[in-house]
Amino acid sequence: MSTETRKLDRVVIRFAGDSGDGMQLTGDRFTSEAAAFGNDLATQPNFPAEIRAPQGTLPGVSSFQLHFADYDILTPGDRPDVLVAMNPAALKANVVDLPDGGILIVNTDEFTKRNLTKVGYDSNPLEDDSLDKFQVHKVAMATLTIGALEETGLGKKDAERAKNMFALGLLSWMYHRPTEGTERFLREKFAKKPDIAEANVLAFRAGWNYGETTEAFAVTYEVAPAKLNVGTYRQITGNTATAYGIVAAAQRSKLPVVLGTYPITPASDILHELSKHKNFDITTVQAEDEIAGIGIALGASYGGALGVTSTSGPGIALKSETIGLAVMTELPLLVIDVQRGGPSTGLPTKTEQADLLQAMFGRNGESPVPIVAPQSPSDCFDAVVDAARIALKYRTPVLFLSDGAVANGSEPWLIPDVDSLPDLSVEFATDPETFQPYARDPETLARPWAVPGTPGLQHRIGGLEKQDITGNISYDPENHDRMVRLRQAKIDGIEVPDVVVDEPDGNARVLVVGWGSTYGPIGAAARRVRKLGLPVAHAHLRHLNPFPKNLGEVLRKYDKVIVPEMNLGQLALLLRAKYLVDAVSYTKVQGLPFKAEELQDVLADVIKGVSA
Amino acid sequence: MTAIDLGIPGLTGVPTTDEKQTAKDYKSDQEVRWCPGCGDYVVLNAVQSFLPSLGLKRENIVFVSGIGCSSRFPYYMNTYGMHSIHGRAPAIATGLAVARPDLSVWVVTGDGDALSIGGNHLIHTLRRNVNLKILLFNNRIYGLTKGQYSPTSEEGKVTKSTPLGSLDHPFNPVSLALGAEASFVGRAIDSDKAGLTSVLRQAAEHRGSALVEIYQNCPIFNDGAFDVLKDADEAQRRIINVVDGEPIRFGREGEYCVIREGFGLAVAKSADVDASDIVIHDASDLNLSFALSRLSTQDLTHTVTGVFRRADRPTYDDSARAQVNEAKATKAADLSKLLHGKDTWTVVG
Repeated sequence: MSTETRKLDRVVIRFAGDSGDGMQLTGDRFTSEAAAFGNDLATQPNFPAEIRAPQGTLPGVSSFQLHFADYDILTPGDRPDVLVAMNPAALKANVVDLPDGGILIVNTDEFTKRNLTKVGYDSNPLEDDSLDKFQVHKVAMATLTIGALEETGLGKKDAERAKNMFALGLLSWMYHRPTEGTERFLREKFAKKPDIAEANVLAFRAGWNYGETTEAFAVTYEVAPAKLNVGTYRQITGNTATAYGIVAAAQRSKLPVVLGTYPITPASDILHELSKHKNFDITTVQAEDEIAGIGIALGASYGGALGVTSTSGPGIALKSETIGLAVMTELPLLVIDVQRGGPSTGLPTKTEQADLLQAMFGRNGESPVPIVAPQSPSDCFDAVVDAARIALKYRTPVLFLSDGAVANGSEPWLIPDVDSLPDLSVEFATDPETFQPYARDPETLARPWAVPGTPGLQHRIGGLEKQDITGNISYDPENHDRMVRLRQAKIDGIEVPDVVVDEPDGNARVLVVGWGSTYGPIGAAARRVRKLGLPVAHAHLRHLNPFPKNLGEVLRKYDKVIVPEMNLGQLALLLRAKYLVDAVSYTKVQGLPFKAEELQDVLADVIKGVSA
Repeated sequence: MTAIDLGIPGLTGVPTTDEKQTAKDYKSDQEVRWCPGCGDYVVLNAVQSFLPSLGLKRENIVFVSGIGCSSRFPYYMNTYGMHSIHGRAPAIATGLAVARPDLSVWVVTGDGDALSIGGNHLIHTLRRNVNLKILLFNNRIYGLTKGQYSPTSEEGKVTKSTPLGSLDHPFNPVSLALGAEASFVGRAIDSDKAGLTSVLRQAAEHRGSALVEIYQNCPIFNDGAFDVLKDADEAQRRIINVVDGEPIRFGREGEYCVIREGFGLAVAKSADVDASDIVIHDASDLNLSFALSRLSTQDLTHTVTGVFRRADRPTYDDSARAQVNEAKATKAADLSKLLHGKDTWTVVG
């Protein structure tokens, strides 16, 4: 038979199923295929906080969305063009996002009366007219998979578990994806269980062949490779990029790293990754709690290592006293906060950027801490290297504010040349003649890093207020005032690059300012409104404390400043307080990234309002 | 020359010096600000007098403390020191010990700091067996906050915060430490410099976490808490000093002894029992150590001193370093290779 092939510039696919269905793996493999093919891409996993919510229920639905294109894209996509639903719960939870005319591929085997009732379907949506507005493909994936694996001798239950690879095979056929990588991957992943490896490969091929031989699919699609900058790429998630950035900081500073941490979603993968790289002189300590985690990191920094701790919002709350001690003792310390929905336990697996003010002010006393935020998964690498630079150069704790979207999302990464990474080498104090524990470098205001074991530099530090220069305990009022101001001046004086404004047309009157993971949706929305003839400028902040020196000037150049945030306006509050500009907030806290289309509408309204 | 040459496992890797040291070398230029008569002075003096005998380079000794009266200790030592956060000294010291095998790391803490706010860190440090020496100054009261009951105060203690008497049942710190399977646990009394020095020395020589509980008098808020142990006659009847490998006898001319009773131990008059029934202390026997710890009662009818337990097991910091060293020896630190990973693709112009 002949199928028609249509060329597309971009596609968004969402795989959705039960959390035991292997949807994250399926999405991940399709992503690798797209990457190998040369598309630009961005992904967004979405999974429940429960490890195994009851099977077939709405809380147990896990999904993976992938956006791939023949041009550079900024987000994982607002809505899927294609939804793969492995069971009724996955259909019910995701079909609302599928636009009219969208492609819906359903695993019919799971649409039993019992499963339908479990999620509140009174009638089978595959049999009534509720899905008429979509292009529905009903495929008995489990039955077909079991059939394809009949001759392997594998039990029915094991065979059925390969149905996600059937789905992957079918989609790979629909979008003309290369298959060698997936087959190789499966054989490597199940190297110790060759029968399972072969079963998965067979299921994958069965899915492909199903598309090829049945006449159910009249159209297949091609998305050409994207024109990306020249170089070698890989796919990377934010947490992996963060871990690699820490390894790079260790190498470029020639310091050992000690990660003291406690498992917490969505930050644990940083621990998992770093624990694999001990050959880079990295020690990982899984502590008894969050407080011990940062204590261990600070103790290691005191000993001359780069101390790192990683956590999410609730962990920062617990660590705040030790961050204060690091401010007082003026030691380098990298504090990674992979933000999630809050307050309290909140939404552990969902994203939010509501820890900005906690990072900024969440300690007793005047306790300034630099803040660095990555704007995308791959940007975590450069951003964390920069955070380490600040910590080491200025002898201060630095807060790195990643978030769930950046941490678990992935995108292609142009792998940097390691020799081009900044030199982070440090000098320890050694000279007993001139040493004073709290004397300061006139340029950076950093105090000397005098590590135990250095002859003649024996001294005592701690949380009590220090006398300027000597570091002895001091309760002198004038001295305290001076030290509070010195600590603030040190942070205020940190060198950070100017913010770059993206304004291709040069005639914008509206500036949209963002920080962190909203870079993608804001950037995509800005492109869209420009296409509508509405000029807009976009400034995205990596450095939130101190702000770039040119930020005030940038803000004042525009008639209107709008600040979209996944909180209730925390950056807007800081901008208004510091620069006295009428920054307008656009906020949403649903545990999900902004959609480009909603920001497009918001920006268009503001721009039209200014013009009118 | 390093301490390994001296055969002191607890100090292996810490550089030594041939320069003669005295207690004075360990006194910092800071004025000591404890209350007059505080037991902390005696402990400070004992530590400063004892450290020179280890022959370590002073710059390789670090004292880390938490918060409380005792936690001022590092300021008075002419070594490296950190006065950290209430309860967190074991965690900070763990990070330091993991990062630096060439340091002798000491933690100074009190009953509130170690057993109340920092209880979690204490038990986990002991469980991990990090090579730290933890001096727990137990005065059974909160001194720095001016006199509230502590987790080692007796039930019914009337303090500012408990005018009708405290309701809490106290910890026995030695039992707690043994419950966490600490590899070294000792107890000494501030007024007994010789006994304290002996336990400190054995703690320093031990590789792994060493918890030393020191009964220490607070003359302001809990004066006389241990007076019955300081009266020569009473001390004879009450203090049971144990020595590894020796029969446990105490009192004048060994008048009393320790025998087995049920699953535990009991005190008997030596004259009333067969000599072979007297328990011989075995510091490697966790159950015996624990039973000994139960002989000490809150009312000090009996108090066991000396080294309850000393057992060899791998330390956390040594093991962590071994993993890193093994990884470094077997796998090159090739950053470029790491960043590339397994799946890359190249875009050409």
